[in-house]
Amino acid sequence: MAEKVLMKGNEAIAEAAIRAGCRHYFGYPITPQTELAAYMAKRMPKIGGVFLQAESEIAAINMVYGVSAAGKRVMTSSSSPGVSLKQEGISYIAGADLPALIVNVERGGPGLGGIQPSQSDYFQATKGGGHGDYHLIVLTPASVQEMADLTALAFDLSDKYRLPSMLLADGTIGQMMEPVVLPEESCGTVEKPWAVTGTQMKRKHNIVNSLYLVPEELEKTNFERFERYKEIEANEARCEEFMTSDADVVVVAFGIAARVSKNAVVAAREQGIKAGLIRPITVWPFPKKAIEEAAKHVKGFVCAELSMGQMIEDVRLACGCSKPVLGAIRVGGMIPTPEEVLAKIKEAEGGNA
Amino acid sequence: MTTQILIAGFGGQGVLFAGKFLAYKGLLENKQLSWLPSYGPEMRGGTANCSVILSDEPVGSPIVSKPDVLIAMNLPSLDKYENDVVPGGMIFAESSLISRKVARDDVKVFYVPATELANSIGAPTLANMVMTGKLIRECAAISDENIEAALKKVVSARHADLLEVNLKAINTGLGYED
Repeated sequence: MAEKVLMKGNEAIAEAAIRAGCRHYFGYPITPQTELAAYMAKRMPKIGGVFLQAESEIAAINMVYGVSAAGKRVMTSSSSPGVSLKQEGISYIAGADLPALIVNVERGGPGLGGIQPSQSDYFQATKGGGHGDYHLIVLTPASVQEMADLTALAFDLSDKYRLPSMLLADGTIGQMMEPVVLPEESCGTVEKPWAVTGTQMKRKHNIVNSLYLVPEELEKTNFERFERYKEIEANEARCEEFMTSDADVVVVAFGIAARVSKNAVVAAREQGIKAGLIRPITVWPFPKKAIEEAAKHVKGFVCAELSMGQMIEDVRLACGCSKPVLGAIRVGGMIPTPEEVLAKIKEAEGGNA
Repeated sequence: MTTQILIAGFGGQGVLFAGKFLAYKGLLENKQLSWLPSYGPEMRGGTANCSVILSDEPVGSPIVSKPDVLIAMNLPSLDKYENDVVPGGMIFAESSLISRKVARDDVKVFYVPATELANSIGAPTLANMVMTGKLIRECAAISDENIEAALKKVVSARHADLLEVNLKAINTGLGYED
């Protein structure tokens, strides 16, 4: 087995991206994702890559658009307010059917908010974010190991399905250090015949574009894109289940909230309460099947989140509103404690939901 | 077994560094572990703290809210976290800077004049590592092995000249009977 090293979550993303063949990084500084950009600034020039601190987030995402059109693996990273600024470019990238990785190490909002961890960009990440009908594949790491592994996966899925992917992390997972086994070097295997690389007068030129002034044509691109989305929803929803098979109450939580919730579930079991955890690893596509299955035997669900309960809607939809869904909620940079989650588990178990 | 450690003090006292040392030591010993710093504006001159968890099992939440071990490098940190320590836990108080006694009687308390001890070996900035040495001496969950190897991981190559003095500071804490 490869050697374990100790790294911050933000650094693990950067190193994993480099190992996944990403040689183009564009960003603009913001806490709490700074270590990612700093790592890229240090490493990229040494390996013939590009690190460019753009004049703004908007410039950075449009540089990503350009490099992706040329068929290269490319990424940007930011934190919540910065990711809001990128939304126009993300919509263009989605509209042009291009792969790219966008990392959001979330902080509290809305507005400038604070710099402490948050998950309150859930709607923005999972429902589109910018204008128009589109989705991103959204991956939610809960450990430094997953920061690395899901970065590699995000590039692969993005290339395969030709849509931008997002790593939706939070300040805690970004700042913490844990042992990590870094992924092997790989640059992906997906051919990109659509890339704008120069024809050498040997083929018809490619066009990368998101402008379709003929409504019939624009409609067709949307329909085709959503056929791909269906395929993604069928094949790429991921989650980890922990003690769910006999559970009376299932906590649904991702990222740092899932780490806290696992403690709560263990504590509940010690007290004789049959609790379990579904930890979405993708939040789009949402792991509906796991929720559907659990809904057959649970009394209720608890969503533990660092938002005002944005994921509750998806859990309700996934279970067809058949079971109550409580929220164990902290916002503004606060994180629910295991005790707070446990209290909600008890409430759901007692049927008080 | 799981040991949850909270190290707290002023920014600049090497609180995060001491935590990193313990984390690297855990890594060398094949432990499961997490290291989580406070990264708020308070770290620029105000209070800083870091959570370190060392375990034989996968670490759940990396946030230490009920420490088994508290290292309080100043009075505000002792005031803030004293009551969070689990009964039967340990508190290491920096007694060069904290004049009051710990009020709890259900925890083991060690008063270590770490800054004075660090001054006495000519390393005034290494009170953190003196304290870490004392922690290794008193806390059964943290062995006295791999100290030098862990230091080599955490002291950057650029500052390799500081290895020796860090080791000296740890040894000073290791030898300190309060």
